[in-house]
Amino acid sequence: MLEVQQLVVRYGAATALDGVSLRVERGEMVALIGPNGAGKSTLLNTICGLLKPASGTFRLTGRVAQVPEGRQLFAEMSVEDNLRLGAWTIRDRDPGHAYTLFPPLLQLRRRRAGTLSGGEQQMVAVGRALMAQPDLLVVDELSLGLAPMVVDDLAQHLVRLNRDKGMAVLLVEQNARLALELCPRAYVLEAGRIALSGSSTELANSPAVRAAYLGAAMDEVV
Amino acid sequence: MRLFLQYAASGIATGCAFALVATGFVAIYRVTRVVNFAQGVFAVIAGMLAYTLLGQGVPHVLAELLAVVAAGVVGVLIGLVAIGRRGTSPLASLIITLGLGIGSYAVLILIWGDQPISFDGFKGNLDVGGVTMQLQYVLVVLLTAVAFVALGLFFDHTYLGRGLTACSSNPRAARLVGIDVTRMGLVAFGLGGGLGGLAGVLLTPMQPVSFNSDVGIAISGFAAAIFGGLLRPGTALVGGLVLGVAEALVAGYAQASLQSGVALVIMLGIMIWQAGRRPITADEDSA
Repeated sequence: MLEVQQLVVRYGAATALDGVSLRVERGEMVALIGPNGAGKSTLLNTICGLLKPASGTFRLTGRVAQVPEGRQLFAEMSVEDNLRLGAWTIRDRDPGHAYTLFPPLLQLRRRRAGTLSGGEQQMVAVGRALMAQPDLLVVDELSLGLAPMVVDDLAQHLVRLNRDKGMAVLLVEQNARLALELCPRAYVLEAGRIALSGSSTELANSPAVRAAYLGAAMDEVV
Repeated sequence: MRLFLQYAASGIATGCAFALVATGFVAIYRVTRVVNFAQGVFAVIAGMLAYTLLGQGVPHVLAELLAVVAAGVVGVLIGLVAIGRRGTSPLASLIITLGLGIGSYAVLILIWGDQPISFDGFKGNLDVGGVTMQLQYVLVVLLTAVAFVALGLFFDHTYLGRGLTACSSNPRAARLVGIDVTRMGLVAFGLGGGLGGLAGVLLTPMQPVSFNSDVGIAISGFAAAIFGGLLRPGTALVGGLVLGVAEALVAGYAQASLQSGVALVIMLGIMIWQAGRRPITADEDSA
């Protein structure tokens, strides 16, 4: 599905990704965690064709669509316009299946996207990405700025899309606990390199991940 | 009163032409964030081309239509130079359009010489309640109305129009959904060229154009466009009309040579008043 090999991406003199290799199999759900500035978004944007790698390769079979960090909606356009624009590269522009997935959006379809609540906006962002009928959905910070219940609901949608439709998902998350819970396999990206990878259970139990991302010390205190 | 209405009528007609030029500025600025200083050139080229075509025996309507299409093509070409190269900053693009605009003088003089050119528009007058209006004025107003309605439908109800609006709303997200933002910029330049061209073929029968008329046309159009923060075509229309009527009244009651100056001072006043309330060219989507 997605095979990234020795990818190097630079912004001018700064190296954002320094030889990253990673793979996502068909129908798989994979998490990518790591601190701010590790290069997670850079990786997603390269996969989506927004950035050009300095060296290395990535192979992608099928279509990819991104749910970007901060949602990046067309704020003064209607919900329906946002969804329909998601289908820019394909022929089928009927937003019906997005409404089936997120019924609340049907009521809101004439509203300007910028006036919606954070959770609703994230639904639009996910719905817009799904309009491209992607084989791989890359999600950048699903939980950012949203209430826990809203995050849970959206996360369950992703799991169902993955399970029922066989859509591969690459999930970038600050909330490592959530990411490791949702995805069976994960990578840890630090300073532009893959520091660790493996099954989520393994990673969740490794002292390094526990200390850096799961707040293990805090847990013990609590 | 009758005199006033007559001045106002002619002002509304020129104001419509300004509004068309202004909408060209807006169409290009919204999508590319470039202020296209070659905007006046489109009008001059279209006016002169229509003159030549008419001279060659091409019938009215067809000649004007061809001239407008040609201005659209020139728009795309200017767009290619101004924004075709990836990573050109809007400011650099602005300077490029300024350079191309001035550079065009050489070409225009080479083809059409340095004397003002005009051609006959719609002949005849219309008498409304004692106010005599040239039919050309009525035509200009009607065609401007048609152009604005068509533009509104295009931007709001077609997929391409929505795509253009998306580029203006959030260029990053537009690229993410697969919209080629540069190509959309070229579409906008083509549209801007066509609108400038339409203004040119409507304006030339009312006031002759010469190679350097683009400055006056562009300044009036820009003033009208900035009225709506360079983003709103509807407000640009109001701006164009205010400016056109103000110019006509000054020319009528005072002196023709004062008209642009006084109109621009009025515009400046409005802008200062507006700036006191909100930033003039603030990005609506940045908040």
